[in-house]
Amino acid sequence: MRYLCLLVGEPDIDGPAPGTPEFMQMLEDYQSASQAMAAAGVLVESRPLQPAASATTIRVRGDKTLVTDGPFAELKEQIGGYYVLECADLDEAMKWAAMIPAARFGAVDIRPAMEMPG
Amino acid sequence: MNAEVEVVFRREWGRAVAVIARLAGGDVALAEDAVADAFAVALRRWAAGPMPDDPAGWLITVAKNQAVDRIRREARRSGKEAEAARRLGECELAQPPDSINDDQLRLIFTCCHPALEPGTRVALTLRALCGLTTAEIARCFLVPESTMAQRLVRAKRKIRDAAIPFRVPEGRDLRDRVGSVLRVLYLVFTEGHRASVGPAVIRDELCDEAIRLTRLLAGVCPDEPEVLGLLALMLLTDARRAARMAEDGSPVLLDDQDRGRWDRVKMADGTAQLDAAMRLGRTGPYQLQAAIAACHAAAASVADTDWAQIALLYAALARWEPSPVVQANRAVAVAQAAGPAAGLAVLDEFCGDGQAEGWHLFYACRADLLGRLGRTAEAADACRAALDRDPPPADRELLLARLATLVSSPAPR
Repeated sequence: MRYLCLLVGEPDIDGPAPGTPEFMQMLEDYQSASQAMAAAGVLVESRPLQPAASATTIRVRGDKTLVTDGPFAELKEQIGGYYVLECADLDEAMKWAAMIPAARFGAVDIRPAMEMPG
Repeated sequence: MNAEVEVVFRREWGRAVAVIARLAGGDVALAEDAVADAFAVALRRWAAGPMPDDPAGWLITVAKNQAVDRIRREARRSGKEAEAARRLGECELAQPPDSINDDQLRLIFTCCHPALEPGTRVALTLRALCGLTTAEIARCFLVPESTMAQRLVRAKRKIRDAAIPFRVPEGRDLRDRVGSVLRVLYLVFTEGHRASVGPAVIRDELCDEAIRLTRLLAGVCPDEPEVLGLLALMLLTDARRAARMAEDGSPVLLDDQDRGRWDRVKMADGTAQLDAAMRLGRTGPYQLQAAIAACHAAAASVADTDWAQIALLYAALARWEPSPVVQANRAVAVAQAAGPAAGLAVLDEFCGDGQAEGWHLFYACRADLLGRLGRTAEAADACRAALDRDPPPADRELLLARLATLVSSPAPR
């Protein structure tokens, strides 16, 4: 099973500020989580995302393409990154997702990807 | 449904669903559909001819074939699932009883998975393991049948799409998850115990099934005192089953029950389970409630009951579950141990917190204590307040009777 783990920031919880030892620790935790996932063979890929302000939304209606600045929905929660994991089942995905530091400072949304034939 | 098939249905549904769900890689929806198909076939066949010698084995075989057909019919299935259909078609079907029990445990943990919404876990367990119909479950939850059907479909779809595993977790995961399973089993039991829903025979079977499943669970986590505590609580409560109902089907309160009709074997079993739980040295709400039930079980009469001990147990329970129900029960026990004035003081301690405000039993309890103190007018007011809060019919009648006595008795001088 393939799972997309979205790293969601919660507006009321501030993560560690850049430059602090806590921030450095968080970066290390991200790295060790990714290394452990890779070593276990479950990590397909993962990236942090640029801030939502850099997003562009595009809609095609008939022959018109509408382009808007900003993300699709102005959510209070911001998606800060993603992991794509290949796991046996949800329990395994939950175990790895809990290692992602975003789970401590915000939330990790685990979405199963649809199994495609062939 | 044909009466004979109905008996087999209620006995075998949960086992068959568990076995097929394992064979189908944990797809509970598919398992339920396949077992339902098998029962439909059984209804036709068994109406025309004799029932097979081993109806359970026959059902599982037919359900398995139905599952294979269903997988093949669904064209969108991936190669992996075609492989599942092939494996399912070839697998060995002789099911030793232990293996069926193991499958049922796996199914419980799937139905009670923390990724499912808590209310739906109970509904799913009542459906998949206990074989209640969607309509019956909807009645338990006081929602329209279509709403319940939707909830169940959504949950089963999530089990499949998110690959919620079909297995008993181990180690720390087991400890983390057992609480969710206990809550669900407790609710299944209380659903059976509750006098308000469904015919008596189904309610009794629900209680039996909840006890059986909790015992299975105790087998995989013997070091969890709360599992044994819940088992003890169920056994000690269920031991009073025969005495709980009058001939006309109306409920009999604990005080008025014929204690000669209590099931002494179940009580001894429950007490032994509680002892085993307490030897593990970690208390919890199920053990405390079981200990309260054990106090009642040990008493020859209401007067003979160790109410001081029960009051202490309720006080301990209130620290785990500070609900008005627990507080009101503590007040009743204190009143029995130390007089109605002491009980009333306990009741008044928490009446300010607003939680008790909409709850009729709080006022019924108040009315009782005030009545015993001779404060008749206040007792009558409390009775009316209880009646205003929409009590269930049986309680309403008791309250009306009490109110009639109160207003007709002469005011104390």
